[in-house]
Amino acid sequence: MESEVRLMKGNEALAHAAIRYGVDAYFGYPITPQSEIIETLMAQRPWQSTGMTVMQVESEVSAIHMVYGAAATGKRAMTSSSGPGISLMQGGISYLCGANLPCLIVNVMRGGPGLGTIQPSQADYYQAVKGGGHGDYKLFTLAPSSVQEMADFVSVAFDWAFRNCNPAMILADGTIGQMMEKVVLPPARPRLTDDEIAHKYPWAIDGARHSRIGSNRIASLELDAAVMEQRNCERQHKYELAEQNDARAEATLTADAEVLIVAFGSAARICAKAVDLARAEGLKLGLLRPITLWPFPSAYLREAAEHARGILCVELNAGQMIDDVRIAVESRILVEHYGRLGGAVFTPTEIVSAAKNIFKL
Amino acid sequence: MTTEILIAGFGGQGVLSLGKILAHAAVMEGREVSWLPSYGPEQRGGTCNVTVVISDERISSPIVDSYDIVITLNQQSLSKFEQRVKPRGILIFDRYGMVDLPKRTDINMYAISAVETAHAEDVDKMLSMVVAGALLSISPIVKPESLLAALQSVLPAHKHDLLPTNERAFNLGAQCVVAKEH
Repeated sequence: MESEVRLMKGNEALAHAAIRYGVDAYFGYPITPQSEIIETLMAQRPWQSTGMTVMQVESEVSAIHMVYGAAATGKRAMTSSSGPGISLMQGGISYLCGANLPCLIVNVMRGGPGLGTIQPSQADYYQAVKGGGHGDYKLFTLAPSSVQEMADFVSVAFDWAFRNCNPAMILADGTIGQMMEKVVLPPARPRLTDDEIAHKYPWAIDGARHSRIGSNRIASLELDAAVMEQRNCERQHKYELAEQNDARAEATLTADAEVLIVAFGSAARICAKAVDLARAEGLKLGLLRPITLWPFPSAYLREAAEHARGILCVELNAGQMIDDVRIAVESRILVEHYGRLGGAVFTPTEIVSAAKNIFKL
Repeated sequence: MTTEILIAGFGGQGVLSLGKILAHAAVMEGREVSWLPSYGPEQRGGTCNVTVVISDERISSPIVDSYDIVITLNQQSLSKFEQRVKPRGILIFDRYGMVDLPKRTDINMYAISAVETAHAEDVDKMLSMVVAGALLSISPIVKPESLLAALQSVLPAHKHDLLPTNERAFNLGAQCVVAKEH
């Protein structure tokens, strides 16, 4: 049963994966296009099976701060929303980073700004990887491009978050959340016991159960600037190590690519077909798909672009990831953007045409 | 082989459900599948559509430019998607209430009377199964037994008493292909 192939939506797969990973608590507020996450959790009633808490709370601001509280006790806590809700959470996300707490935040993006539209978009790239809240912090940001990755990235995100004591984000979009594909769910495992948490995460607050060694204190506030600087330096060191070790990307037909397409998430799926169509015409297109948006897979990109005379950065936004692409190749290669905005989605032939027009193929 | 399919009509006609049953049937046959709805503020009476890709290989894009098979159940969808059928592809349209008929000559067009048949046979609520029967009689993209097995797995257990009626609706489908236009 564990390796059974199922057909389900990306949102549903993520919810099932969270229960199976042994997540302790989900706090959230419904919003399209990700409401199936909380719907699936409620329908599955994991509080009866694994003991997982699932709460629909009164606002996204409450949700992220409940995540903060649960995370401070060493529990695996998560929330999910779409752009408008994720914006409301930014203060809490900054506090979680300031307090060095692990958690998972899922953003299934929709067109914006503002309430925008419910159709898919990738316009929250900057917010996710450039720090949507205040202070020097980063979120480990995974960009799934299939329903399988919606399931698989729950454990990848949580494992990274707990290893680094920092929040992680799954940055999907409406297409990935709403589409159904085949998925093999990860094996179920039990939630950690309180003793296991105390052993694995000595920083967690536990009501001073182990008071003879003193109680833990978790806060982002530190009024002594020297101590605060030291804490920040330690955080940045953690980020440097992540940048060296934790970037991920998938390269397709890049070895001889004349023009390299760089795209993430659902856009990368559409671009994969564009590459196939172009190759059938004899045009040497290749695709690099960043899987982690932070840390950005700069080394993978430089390698993939080695023989390219141009890079086409294809995004469902006005051009955000393109900044990181240009930094990665140090502007030695012409990098151009192609995108659609506000919930509109490009088609594979549209991307082939754009590549032809821009690079005179 | 990859088959890219679009099903479009009014919300409530079972457009998304038909796509879902087709997708489940294909999974049962061990094939790759993607199912992407035109999710949005659609509701009963509004238009909606679903793209289903069935393939023997890993599916690259769930979003496509043009389709091997387009099925339309209302005028808006027929007018909107006639041009999105690939040359030599298949357009299946329900003729009920159609005023502007499709004009292309480079595709295979089939008029069906699923809406009228479903109504006459008192299976209005199983319209999608009548359409499924018509579709599989025109293009056997999945086996009929897979489709019926998929229906059983998609329908919640408390509705399994409706399975025989659904099968009857499915069997009506082949007879409601009224004309091959080209």
